[in-house]
Amino acid sequence: MEKFTVHRGLVAPLDRANVDTDAIIPKQFLKSIKRTGFGPNLFDGWRYLDVGQPDQDNSKRPLNPDFVLNQPRYQGASILLARENFGCGSSREHAPWALLDYGFRAIIAPSFAEIFYNNSFKNGLLPIVLDEAQVDELFKDTFATPGFELVIDLEAQSISYADGSKRFAFDIDPFRKYCLLNGLDDIGLTLRHADKIKAFEERRRQEQPWLFA
Amino acid sequence: MGPQTLYDKLWASHAVHVEDDGTTLLYIDRHFLHEVTSPQAFEGLRLAKRKPWRVDANLATADHNVPTTDRSLGISDPVSRTQVETLDRNCAEFGIVQFGMSDPRQGIVHVIGPEQGATLPGMTVVCGDSHTSTHGAFACLAHGIGTSEVEHVLATQCLLAKKSKNMLVWFDGKLPRGVTAKDMILALIGEIGTAGGTGYAIEYAGPAVRALSMAGRMTLCNMAIEAGARSGMVAADETTFEYLKGRPYAPRGEMWDRAVAYWRTLHSDEGAHFDRVVRIDVSQLKPQVTWGTSPEMVTTIDGRVPDPKQEQDPVKRAGIERALEYMGLEPNVPITDIRIDKVFIGSCTNSRIEDLRAAAEVVRGKRVASNVKLAMVVPGSGLVKAQAEQEGLDKIFKDAGFEWREPGCSMCLGMNPDQLEPGERCASTSNRNFEGRQGPGGRTHLVSPEMAAAAAIAGHFVDVRHWQ
Ligand code: SF4
Repeated sequence: MEKFTVHRGLVAPLDRANVDTDAIIPKQFLKSIKRTGFGPNLFDGWRYLDVGQPDQDNSKRPLNPDFVLNQPRYQGASILLARENFGCGSSREHAPWALLDYGFRAIIAPSFAEIFYNNSFKNGLLPIVLDEAQVDELFKDTFATPGFELVIDLEAQSISYADGSKRFAFDIDPFRKYCLLNGLDDIGLTLRHADKIKAFEERRRQEQPWLFA
Repeated sequence: MGPQTLYDKLWASHAVHVEDDGTTLLYIDRHFLHEVTSPQAFEGLRLAKRKPWRVDANLATADHNVPTTDRSLGISDPVSRTQVETLDRNCAEFGIVQFGMSDPRQGIVHVIGPEQGATLPGMTVVCGDSHTSTHGAFACLAHGIGTSEVEHVLATQCLLAKKSKNMLVWFDGKLPRGVTAKDMILALIGEIGTAGGTGYAIEYAGPAVRALSMAGRMTLCNMAIEAGARSGMVAADETTFEYLKGRPYAPRGEMWDRAVAYWRTLHSDEGAHFDRVVRIDVSQLKPQVTWGTSPEMVTTIDGRVPDPKQEQDPVKRAGIERALEYMGLEPNVPITDIRIDKVFIGSCTNSRIEDLRAAAEVVRGKRVASNVKLAMVVPGSGLVKAQAEQEGLDKIFKDAGFEWREPGCSMCLGMNPDQLEPGERCASTSNRNFEGRQGPGGRTHLVSPEMAAAAAIAGHFVDVRHWQ
């Protein structure tokens, strides 16, 4: 899992509540054998004017010009600004996979659906909860300022405007923070014992060399 | 330290690190892979820019999606084909040995591991497949894992786990003619239920287990999962060593002697504590046939389909009624009156050379009944198939009207085209009779290879003990 320490990025505003995981990545794309490659189909039903199928050349599909992520000013966004209950619905881990694959590293919203919130951490995507008023303010400033960027400092638990004009603090569970700061997923946590594993393996190699043919 | 069970020994000898709450980092000696549960795990490695911890601990094969008919035509279903090709690519990229679809050693992952000697006593063995319990027949700690754990094992050579309780299943006596390891395990599941082993690691022991071949022991361990236990195991003995000697991955020469000396310690100590003990006298055992949609819904060949009216417990009664409806069976019908449409001899439970020999003995010189639309034999591996052909078993089957197929999981779960049609009834040597398991609407009766073979000839279930 990629570490999350300080991230500076362009903000894209998705101004709707209750965005469900079906909307984030529709079911026809779950047949994949992969965890990557979902980016082109992120918000597929909103982003394109036709109905998407797996294994399509998405670059040839008609884009919906009204969808926010299709607007030129939000190209390359890596921070998604969203409304309440983001990620509700099915538990598919494909949702955070799709958001990450598209290029998002953090999502800011007043609230998240629980499973989606958990799944995000497992994959190195940072979901940040701010209160309603702060999120409103962010939406306003994002719309008003082309190229609006934020700096997210996980260690300091702060979100700052790139020009330094405003700063918000956010809460996060210490264990999750620790894992994310160090890029530790379950595997990462186990690998903290890498020396122990190596020592164990070495002893085993001495005692039962036939296991290491 | 006091007397230990085999499971205690295997557990203790693999604990790398123990957390305060008992969560243990277990070292994994052998990791088997197949095409269905590995793609996202490899993808995860790639995403995190990780390498497998120890490439030589891994061995892969394609089994679930592969066709059992002419392989030169490839796989017609694009989704299946993609999965198999993905395994090829992943193994090539990460340097993992794979027995691909055209390799003579290809086969069901739980058949090829032991066959290659890649499963050895004292190992921890895992695979993204619940029937990994099979490998416990070699005094291994073996169990199935999920896809994220597959990735975890690939990346760290370890697994986070908590210790189970110990259960001893003691099989006393001597098996009568026509009664097999499959009947032993079905009878056990009938007795303790499909949740009876939940939370336990099962050790099978007793004179009847000692008398079994490795194939029989693997059948026992294979279905530990159907009894609710993630792992089943058997202590190592001369039968184990004899089976392993000379296998490609087994140690040789002086190393072999050293290994055997250690393997001889892999048994439960006298007086070791078991949290639960179950005793079954196999000399009284009869051939078993499942009548419902769970492996615990089982009776003997001389029995009858149960009558839900006789069941006092309303939940169980409803369960029986639902199962009988799905299975298209009337209460109180003698098992021997149940006519079948298809026969499947195969799966990781019963597709080894011993199974095929026993089935061939039953069909030799006879013909499949006219009401049986398809009787197929699917060897567990390419090597089993070759061995059987060398012994002329293929000819016996084909002369009797059986189809002789290429190795794979096949109609055990029907991820490839080998499936039951809705309503079709099958005598199957596999391990799960769940609704739709062998095809939507298909009806599965689990039996031993001998019983399946006899049913193919008779067109209905018959008592193979009286087979002429
Ligand atoms: S034969 Fe059946 S039970 Fe065994 S691994 Fe294949 S699908 Fe699973």
